[in-house]
Amino acid sequence: MNEKFSLNVDGKSHALVADPDTPLLYVLRDDLGLNNPHFGCGLAQCGACTVHLDGQPIRSCITPISAVGDARIVTLAGLGTPEKPHPLQTAYIEEEVPQCGYCINGWLMTAAAFLRDNKKPTDGQIRSALEGLKCRCGTHLSILRAVKRATAMMG
Amino acid sequence: MNQTTKLGAPSRRALLKTGGALVVSIGAAVPFNFARAAEDAMVTGAKPPLTPDRLSSYIAVNADGTVSAFYGKIDGGQGLHVAIAQMVAEELDVPFKAVKVVMGDTATSVNQGGASGATGVQNGGKQLRAAAAEARRVLVELAAEKLGAPAERLSVDGGVVHTGTEMANSVSYAELIGGRYFNVALAWNGKIGNPLYAPGKAKPKDPKNYKIVGQPIKREDVAPLVFAQQDFCTDVKVPGMVHGRMVRPAIAGAMPVSVDESSIKDIPGARVVWNQGFLGIVADKEWDAIKAAQQLKVTWSNATPPFPEQASLYDHIRKAPVRKREVAEQTGNVDEAFKGAARVIEAEYEWPFQSHASMGPACAVVEIKNDQVTLWTGSQKPHFTRDGVAAILGLPAEKVRAIWVPGPGSYGRNDAGDAAMDAALLANAVGRPVRLQYTRDQGTGWDPKGPASIHRVRAAIDAAGKVIAYEFGSKAFPRVDVNSNESKPHDTLAGQLTGVALQSGDGFGEPEDSYGFANKRAYWETVAPLLDRGSPLRTSHLRDPIGPQVHFASESFMDEVATALKLDPVAFRLQYVTDPRDIAVIKAAAEKAGWQSRVSPGKDQRGTTVSGRGIAYVQRHPTRVAMVAEVEVDRSTGKVWVRKFTVAHDCGQIINPDGLRQTIEGNVVQAISRTLWEEVRFNNKNVTSVDWLSYPILDITQTPEMIDVVLIDRPEIAPTGAGEPATRPVAAAIANAVFDATGVRIRRVPFLPDYVKAALS
Repeated sequence: MNEKFSLNVDGKSHALVADPDTPLLYVLRDDLGLNNPHFGCGLAQCGACTVHLDGQPIRSCITPISAVGDARIVTLAGLGTPEKPHPLQTAYIEEEVPQCGYCINGWLMTAAAFLRDNKKPTDGQIRSALEGLKCRCGTHLSILRAVKRATAMMG
Repeated sequence: MNQTTKLGAPSRRALLKTGGALVVSIGAAVPFNFARAAEDAMVTGAKPPLTPDRLSSYIAVNADGTVSAFYGKIDGGQGLHVAIAQMVAEELDVPFKAVKVVMGDTATSVNQGGASGATGVQNGGKQLRAAAAEARRVLVELAAEKLGAPAERLSVDGGVVHTGTEMANSVSYAELIGGRYFNVALAWNGKIGNPLYAPGKAKPKDPKNYKIVGQPIKREDVAPLVFAQQDFCTDVKVPGMVHGRMVRPAIAGAMPVSVDESSIKDIPGARVVWNQGFLGIVADKEWDAIKAAQQLKVTWSNATPPFPEQASLYDHIRKAPVRKREVAEQTGNVDEAFKGAARVIEAEYEWPFQSHASMGPACAVVEIKNDQVTLWTGSQKPHFTRDGVAAILGLPAEKVRAIWVPGPGSYGRNDAGDAAMDAALLANAVGRPVRLQYTRDQGTGWDPKGPASIHRVRAAIDAAGKVIAYEFGSKAFPRVDVNSNESKPHDTLAGQLTGVALQSGDGFGEPEDSYGFANKRAYWETVAPLLDRGSPLRTSHLRDPIGPQVHFASESFMDEVATALKLDPVAFRLQYVTDPRDIAVIKAAAEKAGWQSRVSPGKDQRGTTVSGRGIAYVQRHPTRVAMVAEVEVDRSTGKVWVRKFTVAHDCGQIINPDGLRQTIEGNVVQAISRTLWEEVRFNNKNVTSVDWLSYPILDITQTPEMIDVVLIDRPEIAPTGAGEPATRPVAAAIANAVFDATGVRIRRVPFLPDYVKAALS
């Protein structure tokens, strides 16, 4: 049965009615019109749907909306803007990372949380932090360059 | 040479000029003897038909002076549109930023083949370059008339035509034609798709005058992606739209016998669409559609797909009747040479089925309104997808508009084409716009697969240790059970499941190289598909179709011969390779990698972690690539880590070196993934590779430290493909490096740790 929910997404509050089992991904995409978290697998295996829940990267494809509560949700759109970009966004642009770009949420949102908590990570630590995220186009080396560039920018 | 004649003879153009009027023999029948003849002939306010023989189908100058370049291909994320804009801006003499490339919409571009065969620049760019050159020629002629100066004396800078020193005497492209259309015919070769070519009379620029082509111009499309402002095909929403999901059988080939619609009656708006083997549902909300597809009670027919056990796949290929055989290359007398050989070296190699496994399963949105169909698709060949949707709905092609919206990367004929057709049938059945997205297991389990193959290679050596004959044979599933585009229903799941018989195309391919063996034969044989309709193992193009397969075999084998003859692998290749550009890439890769000449395997490789290097080289009509892999092999686990790749790449004229480097890098990383990890698993019921656990790909923890790319620029040679060539030598380079490290030859892909460990023990 549908229930009422109030979600805090990218600093804004949203009221909506949904089946409590609905994964957060579909609420964000279909009810709130936030297109950027993508459906990749629905199994928490790829990362394309990653958002922050109280600062921690989670896979919105397997997180039921009933489990969100009043936690703050931040999507890629809330990570930074063209006017106030997150260093990772700037670095991604400067390194021209994309091939298709469908996987971008996983890498950026996971790396953002990691860099917030780890100021000067080694190459090995960055790789471990990003382990399991999928990129089918093979941009892994560009991603590593961008994360390292962002690390340098963040001092 | 002929200089006097040239200077002395009036040009044809001059002869045609009378009293300020200019007669040109292009475009429609041209009236003459009045002042604005050129403009009247070559400019129109009404949009000409969108046909390949019209300049307006490729280039438009907008009212603000910006240029639209209409490109009948698409960019799959490599920044190809930047290269195309560079080529157009260069020929038109407008700033790079003035050009916007409009891609893949059947309402604005003609069918240039979509993304296909790494021909984005090679064919697609060639056409846009020719069209832009012709547009410049026409604009200068228009300016000549306006300025009262001969065209020969005019120059163009930043989209302004002027008389050189007298800049005051100038006119801009916008003033000449802005907001109107070229009314100019091109010499179209009558073909559509990749081979489409329709030049005008203009000759493109001499490369030595390039200012924009060859520059590392940055992409502008990354920012919208990182700021979540770029929509994908999956993000298209249409008013009144419902969500669709397809229902596939657990056992391949099974058909629905009965469908219990009451099993989903509690789900709002849920409806079943069933026609023979085609079974889908729609619902108002996406999550409801997902639940309905899972909840729907279906009784399936008994089916026993004739799939061999996974372990006997290659035996199946060996034993299967040959459906078609073709000798693709034959030089000298191979059989005689083998009879007289002092020594024969032979080996057999195996390559599995592989999946496109796109980052997201395919999506398509279809709206049918007043008999007009609009399709939003991530298919890399949207013009062909339009044709397929029209065919399956029984409509003329002009009733369907396909709009390409970037989807998850496709790397060939992935599941996007099937989704478009399925969405069309669903939308037609329910009378509402439908957004269909596949599930992960459908994306990996039911996409068309790259074909599995075996390769038998042998070489005849004479008493002096010279290779006197070489034979390369493939036996394989055909490269296309379903065509590489979805323009015909029989090439799609929707078509096959609604009763259209499979028409498996026959064909494979052979290695491309320039080894100058006196006696040389390359042949291929195909075997029948395992299941003749709606098969999850039907084959089609996966990036560099058959290239990785045959070159894994051919270039591994060259190293086997080199070792047998106690020759360094680079020296062996340089002894037999004949083409100067091939020799150049081999030398460049070896030099950049710091290659030390010695016989493989290396010595003293007894520790737990051993390291080695390997080279491979290929052509891909007519790009050349050589690469050196440096690997570490953990002998205790069998894990192979490719530490570094050094790539030398020659694709003729370089349009954008940065874009090219990134493209090569993507090729190499994806091909490492295919070499080390990728194999479609199946059992006697169905494909069992259905997600990222059962179809693993390369992880960032296993990514190389570095891919060092040497670009060989040849401005005088027409640019050729880069989107696929660097894929094909990767597996052999790794195999050769693993052999160098361990002394053990791996002849089967993928090099999974357990398999390598077993081979080492």
